[in-house]
Amino acid sequence: MKILVPVKRVVDPDVKVRVKADGSGVDLANIKTSINPFDNIAVEEAVRLKEQGIATEVVVVSVGSTSSQETLRAALAIGADRGILVETDVDVQPLAVAKVLKALVDKEQPRLVIAGKQAVDDDANQTGQELAALLGWAQGTFVSKLVLQKPDADEITVSREIDGGLETLALKLPAVVTADLRLNEPRYATLPNVMKAKKKPLDVVKPADLGVDVASRLTTLKVSEPPNRKAGIIVADVAQLVEKLKNEAKVI
Amino acid sequence: MAILVIAEHDNASLKVATLNAVTAAAKIGGEIHLLVAGANLGAVSAAAAKIAGVTKVLVADAPQLEAHTAENLAALIKSIAAGYSHVLAPATTSGKNVLPRVAALLDVAQISEITAVESPDTFVRPIYAGNALATVQSADAVKVITVRTTAFDAAAGEGGSAAVEAIAAPADTGLSRLVGREVTKSSRPELAAAKIVVSGGRGLGSGENYRAVLEPLADKLGAALGASRAAVDAGYVPNDFQVGQTGKIVAPQLYIAVAISGAIQHLAGMKESKVIVAINKDADAPIFQVADYGLVADLTTAVPELVKALG
Repeated sequence: MKILVPVKRVVDPDVKVRVKADGSGVDLANIKTSINPFDNIAVEEAVRLKEQGIATEVVVVSVGSTSSQETLRAALAIGADRGILVETDVDVQPLAVAKVLKALVDKEQPRLVIAGKQAVDDDANQTGQELAALLGWAQGTFVSKLVLQKPDADEITVSREIDGGLETLALKLPAVVTADLRLNEPRYATLPNVMKAKKKPLDVVKPADLGVDVASRLTTLKVSEPPNRKAGIIVADVAQLVEKLKNEAKVI
Repeated sequence: MAILVIAEHDNASLKVATLNAVTAAAKIGGEIHLLVAGANLGAVSAAAAKIAGVTKVLVADAPQLEAHTAENLAALIKSIAAGYSHVLAPATTSGKNVLPRVAALLDVAQISEITAVESPDTFVRPIYAGNALATVQSADAVKVITVRTTAFDAAAGEGGSAAVEAIAAPADTGLSRLVGREVTKSSRPELAAAKIVVSGGRGLGSGENYRAVLEPLADKLGAALGASRAAVDAGYVPNDFQVGQTGKIVAPQLYIAVAISGAIQHLAGMKESKVIVAINKDADAPIFQVADYGLVADLTTAVPELVKALG
Protein backbone atom coordinates (compact mmCIF):
# COMPACT_ATOMS: atom_id res chain seq x y z
CA MET A 1 0.00 0.00 0.00
CA LYS A 2 1.30 3.39 -1.00
CA ILE A 3 0.83 6.25 1.50
CA LEU A 4 0.86 9.93 0.58
CA VAL A 5 1.73 12.49 3.27
CA PRO A 6 1.35 16.23 2.65
CA VAL A 7 3.79 18.41 4.61
CA LYS A 8 3.90 22.17 5.07
CA ARG A 9 6.77 24.51 5.82
CA VAL A 10 5.64 26.82 8.63
CA VAL A 11 7.07 29.39 10.99
CA ASP A 12 8.65 27.51 13.87
CA PRO A 13 5.87 27.05 16.45
CA ASP A 14 8.02 28.48 19.24
CA VAL A 15 8.58 31.76 17.42
CA LYS A 16 6.16 34.57 18.26
CA VAL A 17 5.37 36.34 15.00
CA ARG A 18 5.06 40.10 14.66
CA VAL A 19 2.44 41.86 12.61
CA LYS A 20 3.85 44.23 9.97
CA ALA A 21 3.31 47.90 10.71
CA ASP A 22 1.35 48.41 7.47
CA GLY A 23 -1.11 45.66 8.37
CA SER A 24 -0.38 43.66 5.23
CA GLY A 25 0.58 40.48 7.06
CA VAL A 26 3.07 39.06 9.52
CA ASP A 27 6.78 39.66 9.19
CA LEU A 28 8.31 36.46 7.84
CA ALA A 29 11.72 37.87 6.85
CA ASN A 30 14.58 35.70 8.15
CA ILE A 31 12.25 33.88 10.49
CA LYS A 32 13.00 30.33 11.66
CA THR A 33 10.86 27.74 9.90
CA SER A 34 10.20 24.05 10.42
CA ILE A 35 7.96 21.25 9.26
CA ASN A 36 4.42 21.71 10.61
CA PRO A 37 4.42 19.64 13.85
CA PHE A 38 1.28 17.69 12.97
CA ASP A 39 2.73 16.85 9.54
CA ASN A 40 5.82 15.52 11.26
CA ILE A 41 3.57 13.17 13.25
CA ALA A 42 1.85 12.13 9.98
CA VAL A 43 5.20 11.31 8.35
CA GLU A 44 6.28 9.30 11.39
CA GLU A 45 3.07 7.26 11.31
CA ALA A 46 3.45 6.48 7.61
CA VAL A 47 7.08 5.45 8.10
CA ARG A 48 6.08 3.17 11.00
CA LEU A 49 3.49 1.50 8.75
CA LYS A 50 6.24 0.90 6.22
CA GLU A 51 8.51 -0.54 8.91
CA GLN A 52 5.68 -2.89 9.91
CA GLY A 53 5.49 -4.12 6.33
CA ILE A 54 2.03 -2.65 5.75
CA ALA A 55 3.02 0.30 3.56
CA THR A 56 5.19 -0.26 0.52
CA GLU A 57 6.11 3.34 -0.24
CA VAL A 58 5.76 6.69 1.54
CA VAL A 59 5.52 9.70 -0.75
CA VAL A 60 5.72 13.17 0.81
CA VAL A 61 4.29 16.21 -0.94
CA SER A 62 4.60 19.91 -0.25
CA VAL A 63 2.99 22.91 -1.91
CA GLY A 64 5.03 26.07 -1.62
CA SER A 65 8.13 27.98 -2.61
CA THR A 66 11.45 26.35 -3.45
CA SER A 67 12.40 26.56 0.26
CA SER A 68 9.83 23.85 0.93
CA GLN A 69 12.40 21.42 -0.47
CA GLU A 70 14.04 21.60 2.98
CA THR A 71 10.77 20.50 4.55
CA LEU A 72 10.53 17.57 2.16
CA ARG A 73 14.15 16.61 2.91
CA ALA A 74 13.30 16.67 6.63
CA ALA A 75 10.46 14.22 5.96
CA LEU A 76 12.73 12.05 3.81
CA ALA A 77 15.24 11.98 6.67
CA ILE A 78 12.56 10.51 8.94
CA GLY A 79 12.14 7.70 6.44
CA ALA A 80 9.82 8.73 3.58
CA ASP A 81 10.93 7.34 0.22
CA ARG A 82 10.27 10.10 -2.28
CA GLY A 83 9.26 13.75 -2.39
CA ILE A 84 7.20 15.93 -4.68
CA LEU A 85 7.30 19.72 -4.49
CA VAL A 86 4.46 21.57 -6.14
CA GLU A 87 6.31 24.81 -6.54
CA THR A 88 4.57 28.16 -6.37
CA ASP A 89 5.25 31.52 -4.77
CA VAL A 90 1.55 32.20 -4.36
CA ASP A 91 0.13 31.85 -0.84
CA VAL A 92 -1.96 28.77 -1.54
CA GLN A 93 -5.14 28.50 0.54
CA PRO A 94 -6.42 25.17 1.93
CA LEU A 95 -9.03 24.42 -0.76
CA ALA A 96 -6.45 24.98 -3.50
CA VAL A 97 -3.96 22.76 -1.64
CA ALA A 98 -6.66 20.08 -1.47
CA LYS A 99 -7.15 20.38 -5.24
CA VAL A 100 -3.41 20.04 -5.88
CA LEU A 101 -3.32 16.99 -3.60
CA LYS A 102 -6.31 15.47 -5.37
CA ALA A 103 -4.50 15.78 -8.71
CA LEU A 104 -1.47 14.03 -7.17
CA VAL A 105 -3.61 11.31 -5.61
CA ASP A 106 -5.18 10.67 -9.02
CA LYS A 107 -1.69 10.24 -10.44
CA GLU A 108 0.02 8.38 -7.59
CA GLN A 109 -2.94 6.20 -6.53
CA PRO A 110 -2.15 5.87 -2.80
CA ARG A 111 -4.70 3.96 -0.69
CA LEU A 112 -4.12 6.15 2.34
CA VAL A 113 -3.35 9.83 2.84
CA ILE A 114 -2.11 10.85 6.30
CA ALA A 115 -2.10 14.61 6.84
CA GLY A 116 -1.57 16.82 9.88
CA LYS A 117 -4.84 17.99 11.44
CA GLN A 118 -3.94 21.66 11.06
CA ALA A 119 -1.06 23.89 10.10
CA VAL A 120 0.10 26.05 12.98
CA ASP A 121 0.43 29.17 10.81
CA ASP A 122 -3.04 29.73 9.33
CA ASP A 123 -4.74 27.42 11.88
CA ALA A 124 -7.37 26.56 9.25
CA ASN A 125 -7.86 22.84 9.96
CA GLN A 126 -9.41 22.17 6.55
CA THR A 127 -7.14 20.52 4.00
CA GLY A 128 -7.55 16.85 4.95
CA GLN A 129 -11.33 17.06 5.15
CA GLU A 130 -11.45 18.95 1.84
CA LEU A 131 -9.23 16.42 0.11
CA ALA A 132 -11.44 13.57 1.34
CA ALA A 133 -14.51 15.39 -0.02
CA LEU A 134 -12.95 16.04 -3.43
CA LEU A 135 -11.93 12.38 -3.71
CA GLY A 136 -15.24 11.06 -2.35
CA TRP A 137 -13.23 9.12 0.25
CA ALA A 138 -13.87 8.41 3.91
CA GLN A 139 -12.20 10.73 6.42
CA GLY A 140 -10.86 10.24 9.92
CA THR A 141 -9.82 13.52 11.52
CA PHE A 142 -7.90 14.29 14.75
CA VAL A 143 -6.66 10.73 14.98
CA SER A 144 -4.74 9.49 18.04
CA LYS A 145 -4.58 5.82 17.05
CA LEU A 146 -4.65 4.05 13.73
CA VAL A 147 -4.97 0.32 13.09
CA LEU A 148 -4.36 -1.32 9.73
CA GLN A 149 -4.48 -5.09 9.96
CA LYS A 150 -2.73 -5.99 6.71
CA PRO A 151 -1.43 -4.40 3.49
CA ASP A 152 -4.53 -5.28 1.47
CA ALA A 153 -7.06 -4.42 4.20
CA ASP A 154 -10.42 -2.99 3.12
CA GLU A 155 -10.79 -0.91 6.25
CA ILE A 156 -8.76 1.17 8.62
CA THR A 157 -9.79 1.68 12.26
CA VAL A 158 -9.07 5.07 13.80
CA SER A 159 -9.54 6.60 17.25
CA ARG A 160 -10.49 10.26 17.06
CA GLU A 161 -10.00 12.97 19.66
CA ILE A 162 -13.46 14.50 20.11
CA ASP A 163 -14.84 16.99 22.62
CA GLY A 164 -15.40 14.97 25.77
CA GLY A 165 -13.49 11.85 24.84
CA LEU A 166 -12.61 9.45 22.05
CA GLU A 167 -14.51 8.01 19.09
CA THR A 168 -13.56 4.94 17.11
CA LEU A 169 -14.49 4.73 13.43
CA ALA A 170 -13.96 2.09 10.78
CA LEU A 171 -13.18 3.81 7.47
CA LYS A 172 -13.45 2.18 4.10
CA LEU A 173 -10.17 2.39 2.19
CA PRO A 174 -8.94 4.40 0.39
CA ALA A 175 -9.24 7.10 3.05
CA VAL A 176 -7.81 10.35 4.35
CA VAL A 177 -6.67 10.49 7.98
CA THR A 178 -5.49 13.59 9.87
CA ALA A 179 -3.02 13.27 12.74
CA ASP A 180 -3.53 14.66 16.23
CA LEU A 181 -0.81 15.07 18.85
CA ARG A 182 -1.02 11.73 20.58
CA LEU A 183 -0.79 9.59 17.44
CA ASN A 184 2.93 9.09 18.02
CA GLU A 185 6.13 10.78 19.10
CA PRO A 186 8.16 11.49 15.98
CA ARG A 187 11.77 10.33 15.98
CA TYR A 188 14.68 12.67 15.46
CA ALA A 189 16.43 12.18 12.14
CA THR A 190 19.92 10.79 12.59
CA LEU A 191 22.83 12.33 10.71
CA PRO A 192 23.29 9.28 8.42
CA ASN A 193 19.57 9.48 7.55
CA VAL A 194 19.83 13.21 6.87
CA MET A 195 22.71 12.42 4.46
CA LYS A 196 20.73 9.58 2.85
CA ALA A 197 17.72 11.88 2.45
CA LYS A 198 19.77 14.18 0.24
CA LYS A 199 20.03 11.43 -2.34
CA LYS A 200 16.36 10.43 -2.33
CA PRO A 201 14.28 11.44 -5.40
CA LEU A 202 12.52 14.79 -5.21
CA ASP A 203 10.42 15.90 -8.19
CA VAL A 204 9.40 19.49 -8.75
CA VAL A 205 6.19 20.30 -10.62
CA LYS A 206 4.07 23.44 -11.03
CA PRO A 207 0.37 23.71 -10.12
CA ALA A 208 -0.37 24.37 -13.81
CA ASP A 209 1.26 21.01 -14.71
CA LEU A 210 -1.45 19.43 -12.57
CA GLY A 211 -4.16 21.61 -14.09
CA VAL A 212 -4.96 23.32 -10.79
CA ASP A 213 -5.73 27.01 -10.33
CA VAL A 214 -4.26 28.07 -6.99
CA ALA A 215 -5.54 31.65 -6.99
CA SER A 216 -6.83 32.85 -3.60
CA ARG A 217 -10.54 32.75 -2.96
CA LEU A 218 -10.42 34.70 0.29
CA THR A 219 -8.94 38.17 0.25
CA THR A 220 -7.02 39.24 3.35
CA LEU A 221 -7.94 42.89 3.87
CA LYS A 222 -5.65 43.44 6.83
CA VAL A 223 -3.72 41.70 9.56
CA SER A 224 -3.63 43.32 12.99
CA GLU A 225 -2.22 42.77 16.46
CA PRO A 226 -4.63 41.23 18.94
CA PRO A 227 -5.47 43.49 21.88
CA ASN A 228 -2.91 43.12 24.64
CA ARG A 229 -3.95 42.24 28.15
CA LYS A 230 -3.10 44.88 30.70
CA ALA A 231 -0.31 43.82 33.01
CA GLY A 232 -1.59 42.52 36.33
CA ILE A 233 -0.08 42.44 39.76
CA ILE A 234 1.85 39.94 41.79
CA VAL A 235 0.07 39.24 45.05
CA ALA A 236 1.99 38.63 48.25
CA ASP A 237 0.14 35.57 49.45
CA VAL A 238 -2.96 33.41 49.18
CA ALA A 239 -4.93 35.71 51.51
CA GLN A 240 -4.35 38.70 49.24
CA LEU A 241 -5.24 36.64 46.18
CA VAL A 242 -8.58 35.63 47.67
CA GLU A 243 -9.26 39.21 48.77
CA LYS A 244 -8.58 40.52 45.22
CA LEU A 245 -10.72 37.83 43.58
CA LYS A 246 -13.61 38.58 45.93
CA ASN A 247 -13.52 42.35 46.15
CA GLU A 248 -11.71 43.65 43.08
CA ALA A 249 -12.37 41.10 40.30
CA LYS A 250 -15.61 39.90 41.92
CA VAL A 251 -15.34 36.50 40.27
CA ILE A 252 -15.75 34.28 43.33
CA MET B 1 -31.28 34.80 1.73
CA ALA B 2 -31.36 32.97 5.00
CA ILE B 3 -28.44 31.69 7.10
CA LEU B 4 -28.16 28.01 7.99
CA VAL B 5 -26.68 27.11 11.38
CA ILE B 6 -25.71 23.50 12.03
CA ALA B 7 -26.90 22.45 15.51
CA GLU B 8 -24.47 20.62 17.77
CA HIS B 9 -26.06 17.86 19.80
CA ASP B 10 -25.70 14.21 20.81
CA ASN B 11 -29.19 13.09 19.66
CA ALA B 12 -30.36 13.64 23.24
CA SER B 13 -29.65 17.27 24.08
CA LEU B 14 -28.67 20.44 22.30
CA LYS B 15 -25.14 21.69 23.05
CA VAL B 16 -24.65 25.28 24.13
CA ALA B 17 -22.10 25.87 21.34
CA THR B 18 -25.10 26.00 18.98
CA LEU B 19 -26.30 29.13 20.76
CA ASN B 20 -22.98 30.90 20.21
CA ALA B 21 -23.16 30.12 16.48
CA VAL B 22 -26.72 31.50 16.38
CA THR B 23 -25.43 34.80 17.80
CA ALA B 24 -22.77 34.96 15.09
CA ALA B 25 -25.50 34.38 12.50
CA ALA B 26 -27.56 37.18 14.02
CA LYS B 27 -24.59 39.53 13.64
CA ILE B 28 -24.39 38.68 9.94
CA GLY B 29 -28.09 39.53 9.66
CA GLY B 30 -30.89 37.65 7.96
CA GLU B 31 -33.36 34.93 8.72
CA ILE B 32 -31.78 32.07 10.72
CA HIS B 33 -32.58 28.43 10.08
CA LEU B 34 -31.19 25.63 12.21
CA LEU B 35 -30.35 22.18 10.90
CA VAL B 36 -30.72 19.34 13.40
CA ALA B 37 -29.36 16.15 11.88
CA GLY B 38 -29.19 12.80 13.64
CA ALA B 39 -31.58 10.12 14.82
CA ASN B 40 -34.46 10.09 17.34
CA LEU B 41 -34.41 13.85 17.54
CA GLY B 42 -37.66 14.66 19.34
CA ALA B 43 -36.11 16.36 22.37
CA VAL B 44 -33.34 18.11 20.43
CA SER B 45 -35.66 19.58 17.80
CA ALA B 46 -38.07 20.78 20.50
CA ALA B 47 -35.18 22.57 22.24
CA ALA B 48 -33.94 23.97 18.92
CA ALA B 49 -37.35 25.49 18.14
CA LYS B 50 -37.18 27.55 21.34
CA ILE B 51 -33.91 29.34 20.53
CA ALA B 52 -34.51 33.06 20.28
CA GLY B 53 -33.93 34.39 16.77
CA VAL B 54 -34.34 31.09 14.91
CA THR B 55 -37.30 31.11 12.49
CA LYS B 56 -37.15 27.59 11.14
CA VAL B 57 -35.74 24.27 12.35
CA LEU B 58 -34.98 21.67 9.69
CA VAL B 59 -34.93 18.17 11.12
CA ALA B 60 -33.20 15.34 9.27
CA ASP B 61 -33.95 12.28 11.38
CA ALA B 62 -32.54 9.13 9.84
CA PRO B 63 -30.59 6.04 10.98
CA GLN B 64 -27.65 6.86 8.69
CA LEU B 65 -27.23 10.18 10.54
CA GLU B 66 -27.21 8.71 14.04
CA ALA B 67 -23.40 8.53 14.33
CA HIS B 68 -22.96 12.05 12.85
CA THR B 69 -20.29 10.82 10.44
CA ALA B 70 -18.73 13.58 8.36
CA GLU B 71 -19.47 11.85 5.07
CA ASN B 72 -23.23 11.51 5.64
CA LEU B 73 -23.65 14.89 7.36
CA ALA B 74 -21.74 16.74 4.64
CA ALA B 75 -23.84 15.10 1.92
CA LEU B 76 -26.99 16.26 3.73
CA ILE B 77 -25.77 19.83 4.26
CA LYS B 78 -24.60 20.06 0.67
CA SER B 79 -28.06 19.01 -0.53
CA ILE B 80 -29.68 22.07 1.07
CA ALA B 81 -26.84 24.64 1.14
CA ALA B 82 -27.57 26.25 -2.21
CA GLY B 83 -30.61 28.01 -0.74
CA TYR B 84 -28.50 29.83 1.85
CA SER B 85 -26.13 32.81 1.91
CA HIS B 86 -24.12 31.38 4.81
CA VAL B 87 -23.63 28.00 6.47
CA LEU B 88 -22.32 28.25 10.05
CA ALA B 89 -21.26 25.69 12.61
CA PRO B 90 -19.55 26.07 15.98
CA ALA B 91 -15.80 25.37 15.77
CA THR B 92 -16.05 22.27 17.95
CA THR B 93 -14.41 18.98 16.98
CA SER B 94 -17.68 18.12 15.28
CA GLY B 95 -17.99 21.39 13.32
CA LYS B 96 -14.32 21.28 12.34
CA ASN B 97 -14.74 17.72 11.12
CA VAL B 98 -17.80 18.25 8.95
CA LEU B 99 -17.77 21.81 7.62
CA PRO B 100 -14.57 21.74 5.51
CA ARG B 101 -16.02 18.69 3.78
CA VAL B 102 -19.13 20.72 3.00
CA ALA B 103 -17.01 23.63 1.75
CA ALA B 104 -15.10 21.41 -0.66
CA LEU B 105 -18.31 19.78 -1.93
CA LEU B 106 -19.63 23.29 -2.65
CA ASP B 107 -16.26 24.44 -4.06
CA VAL B 108 -16.02 27.36 -1.64
CA ALA B 109 -13.23 28.49 0.68
CA GLN B 110 -14.17 27.88 4.33
CA ILE B 111 -13.51 30.68 6.79
CA SER B 112 -12.29 28.94 9.96
CA GLU B 113 -12.97 30.00 13.56
CA ILE B 114 -14.20 33.53 13.10
CA THR B 115 -14.07 35.77 16.17
CA ALA B 116 -15.93 38.77 14.71
CA VAL B 117 -18.33 39.67 11.91
CA GLU B 118 -17.40 42.89 10.10
CA SER B 119 -20.03 42.62 7.37
CA PRO B 120 -21.92 39.79 5.65
CA ASP B 121 -18.81 38.95 3.59
CA THR B 122 -15.99 40.08 5.89
CA PHE B 123 -14.85 38.32 9.04
CA VAL B 124 -12.01 38.37 11.57
CA ARG B 125 -10.13 35.20 12.43
CA PRO B 126 -7.04 34.54 14.54
CA ILE B 127 -3.92 33.14 12.87
CA TYR B 128 -0.51 32.11 14.24
CA ALA B 129 -1.95 30.86 17.54
CA GLY B 130 -3.83 34.10 18.01
CA ASN B 131 -0.73 36.28 17.70
CA ALA B 132 -2.31 38.01 14.70
CA LEU B 133 -5.86 38.69 13.59
CA ALA B 134 -6.69 38.45 9.88
CA THR B 135 -9.65 40.30 8.39
CA VAL B 136 -10.76 38.27 5.39
CA GLN B 137 -13.33 38.84 2.70
CA SER B 138 -15.12 36.05 0.86
CA ALA B 139 -16.45 36.32 -2.69
CA ASP B 140 -18.08 32.87 -2.61
CA ALA B 141 -21.83 32.56 -3.20
CA VAL B 142 -22.30 30.46 -0.06
CA LYS B 143 -20.04 31.42 2.81
CA VAL B 144 -19.08 28.40 4.90
CA ILE B 145 -17.91 29.44 8.35
CA THR B 146 -16.92 27.89 11.66
CA VAL B 147 -17.46 30.07 14.72
CA ARG B 148 -15.16 30.35 17.72
CA THR B 149 -17.75 29.94 20.45
CA THR B 150 -15.93 31.99 23.07
CA ALA B 151 -16.07 35.08 20.84
CA PHE B 152 -19.87 35.22 20.70
CA ASP B 153 -22.34 35.24 23.61
CA ALA B 154 -24.88 32.44 23.70
CA ALA B 155 -28.28 33.29 22.22
CA ALA B 156 -31.23 32.81 24.56
CA GLY B 157 -32.26 29.17 24.61
CA GLU B 158 -35.86 30.06 25.42
CA GLY B 159 -38.41 32.43 23.98
CA GLY B 160 -38.37 31.46 20.32
CA SER B 161 -41.05 29.52 18.50
CA ALA B 162 -39.59 28.36 15.22
CA ALA B 163 -41.47 26.26 12.72
CA VAL B 164 -40.19 22.68 12.60
CA GLU B 165 -39.88 21.03 9.21
CA ALA B 166 -38.77 17.47 8.52
CA ILE B 167 -36.38 17.06 5.60
CA ALA B 168 -35.13 13.96 3.83
CA ALA B 169 -31.56 12.74 4.26
CA PRO B 170 -29.46 11.44 1.36
CA ALA B 171 -28.72 7.72 1.38
CA ASP B 172 -25.88 6.32 3.51
CA THR B 173 -22.53 6.92 1.77
CA GLY B 174 -21.28 3.70 3.37
CA LEU B 175 -17.80 5.20 3.76
CA SER B 176 -17.43 5.09 7.54
CA ARG B 177 -18.96 3.33 10.48
CA LEU B 178 -19.01 4.15 14.18
CA VAL B 179 -17.35 1.42 16.22
CA GLY B 180 -17.65 3.06 19.63
CA ARG B 181 -17.28 6.14 21.78
CA GLU B 182 -15.60 6.57 25.14
CA VAL B 183 -16.99 9.75 26.56
CA THR B 184 -15.36 10.99 29.73
CA LYS B 185 -17.97 10.96 32.48
CA SER B 186 -17.69 13.90 34.78
CA SER B 187 -19.89 15.77 37.18
CA ARG B 188 -17.91 18.94 36.51
CA PRO B 189 -19.00 21.60 34.02
CA GLU B 190 -17.97 21.23 30.39
CA LEU B 191 -14.50 22.74 29.88
CA ALA B 192 -15.34 24.91 26.87
CA ALA B 193 -18.42 26.43 28.53
CA ALA B 194 -17.39 26.60 32.21
CA LYS B 195 -17.45 29.88 34.16
CA ILE B 196 -14.35 28.89 36.13
CA VAL B 197 -11.50 26.73 34.88
CA VAL B 198 -8.69 25.29 37.00
CA SER B 199 -5.85 24.23 34.76
CA GLY B 200 -2.63 22.40 35.50
CA GLY B 201 0.73 22.06 33.83
CA ARG B 202 3.74 19.83 33.79
CA GLY B 203 4.91 21.29 37.11
CA LEU B 204 2.34 19.10 38.86
CA GLY B 205 4.71 16.20 38.32
CA SER B 206 2.25 13.34 37.84
CA GLY B 207 -1.36 12.50 37.06
CA GLU B 208 -1.82 11.49 40.69
CA ASN B 209 -0.55 14.83 41.88
CA TYR B 210 -2.63 16.68 39.30
CA ARG B 211 -5.77 15.11 40.75
CA ALA B 212 -4.72 15.37 44.39
CA VAL B 213 -3.87 19.07 44.13
CA LEU B 214 -6.37 20.43 41.61
CA GLU B 215 -9.55 18.43 42.18
CA PRO B 216 -10.24 19.90 45.65
CA LEU B 217 -9.85 23.41 44.20
CA ALA B 218 -12.12 22.64 41.24
CA ASP B 219 -14.67 21.08 43.61
CA LYS B 220 -14.63 24.13 45.85
CA LEU B 221 -15.15 26.52 42.92
CA GLY B 222 -17.49 24.36 40.83
CA ALA B 223 -14.87 24.64 38.11
CA ALA B 224 -13.97 22.60 35.05
CA LEU B 225 -10.49 21.06 34.90
CA GLY B 226 -8.06 21.85 32.11
CA ALA B 227 -4.42 21.27 31.32
CA SER B 228 -1.52 22.46 29.24
CA ARG B 229 -0.29 20.42 26.30
CA ALA B 230 2.80 19.51 28.32
CA ALA B 231 0.61 17.91 30.99
CA VAL B 232 -1.31 16.00 28.32
CA ASP B 233 1.88 14.89 26.58
CA ALA B 234 3.22 13.70 29.93
CA GLY B 235 0.08 11.56 30.31
CA TYR B 236 -1.30 13.25 33.44
CA VAL B 237 -4.75 13.78 31.89
CA PRO B 238 -6.65 12.86 28.71
CA ASN B 239 -6.31 15.02 25.60
CA ASP B 240 -9.79 16.50 25.91
CA PHE B 241 -8.49 18.44 28.93
CA GLN B 242 -6.07 20.32 26.70
CA VAL B 243 -6.43 24.09 26.52
CA GLY B 244 -4.54 25.81 23.72
CA GLN B 245 -4.01 26.39 20.03
CA THR B 246 -4.44 22.72 19.24
CA GLY B 247 -6.83 21.89 22.05
CA LYS B 248 -9.83 23.74 23.40
CA ILE B 249 -10.29 27.50 23.35
CA VAL B 250 -11.78 28.73 26.61
CA ALA B 251 -12.79 32.15 27.89
CA PRO B 252 -14.20 31.68 31.39
CA GLN B 253 -14.83 34.40 33.99
CA LEU B 254 -11.91 33.02 35.96
CA TYR B 255 -8.98 30.93 34.74
CA ILE B 256 -6.56 29.61 37.34
CA ALA B 257 -3.31 28.35 35.82
CA VAL B 258 -1.34 26.18 38.21
CA ALA B 259 2.26 25.30 37.34
CA ILE B 260 1.75 26.32 33.72
CA SER B 261 4.69 28.19 32.21
CA GLY B 262 2.62 29.91 29.53
CA ALA B 263 3.86 28.75 26.12
CA ILE B 264 2.46 30.63 23.10
CA GLN B 265 0.29 27.62 22.26
CA HIS B 266 -1.30 27.57 25.69
CA LEU B 267 -1.92 31.32 25.84
CA ALA B 268 -3.74 31.03 22.51
CA GLY B 269 -6.38 28.93 24.24
CA MET B 270 -7.06 31.02 27.34
CA LYS B 271 -5.96 34.62 26.99
CA GLU B 272 -9.52 35.83 26.36
CA SER B 273 -10.49 34.75 29.88
CA LYS B 274 -11.92 37.61 31.93
CA VAL B 275 -9.66 37.14 34.93
CA ILE B 276 -6.47 35.08 34.87
CA VAL B 277 -4.71 33.85 37.99
CA ALA B 278 -1.28 32.25 37.71
CA ILE B 279 0.35 30.22 40.44
CA ASN B 280 3.92 29.26 39.59
CA LYS B 281 7.14 29.02 41.52
CA ASP B 282 9.14 30.48 38.62
CA ALA B 283 8.76 34.26 38.82
CA ASP B 284 9.99 34.58 35.22
CA ALA B 285 7.32 32.28 33.73
CA PRO B 286 5.63 33.96 30.72
CA ILE B 287 2.20 33.15 32.18
CA PHE B 288 2.69 36.09 34.59
CA GLN B 289 2.68 38.49 31.61
CA VAL B 290 -0.97 37.72 30.91
CA ALA B 291 -2.13 37.08 34.48
CA ASP B 292 -4.23 39.64 36.33
CA TYR B 293 -3.09 38.15 39.61
CA GLY B 294 0.16 36.27 39.92
CA LEU B 295 1.27 34.29 42.92
CA VAL B 296 4.87 33.17 43.00
CA ALA B 297 4.67 30.13 45.22
CA ASP B 298 5.08 26.40 45.44
CA LEU B 299 1.82 24.83 44.31
CA THR B 300 1.94 22.05 46.88
CA THR B 301 1.41 24.55 49.68
CA ALA B 302 -0.31 27.42 47.85
CA VAL B 303 -3.17 25.44 46.30
CA PRO B 304 -4.30 23.64 49.49
CA GLU B 305 -4.02 26.98 51.27
CA LEU B 306 -6.24 28.55 48.61
CA VAL B 307 -8.81 25.78 49.01
CA LYS B 308 -8.86 26.41 52.75
CA ALA B 309 -9.10 30.18 52.35
CA LEU B 310 -12.10 29.80 50.07
CA GLY B 311 -13.89 28.24 53.01
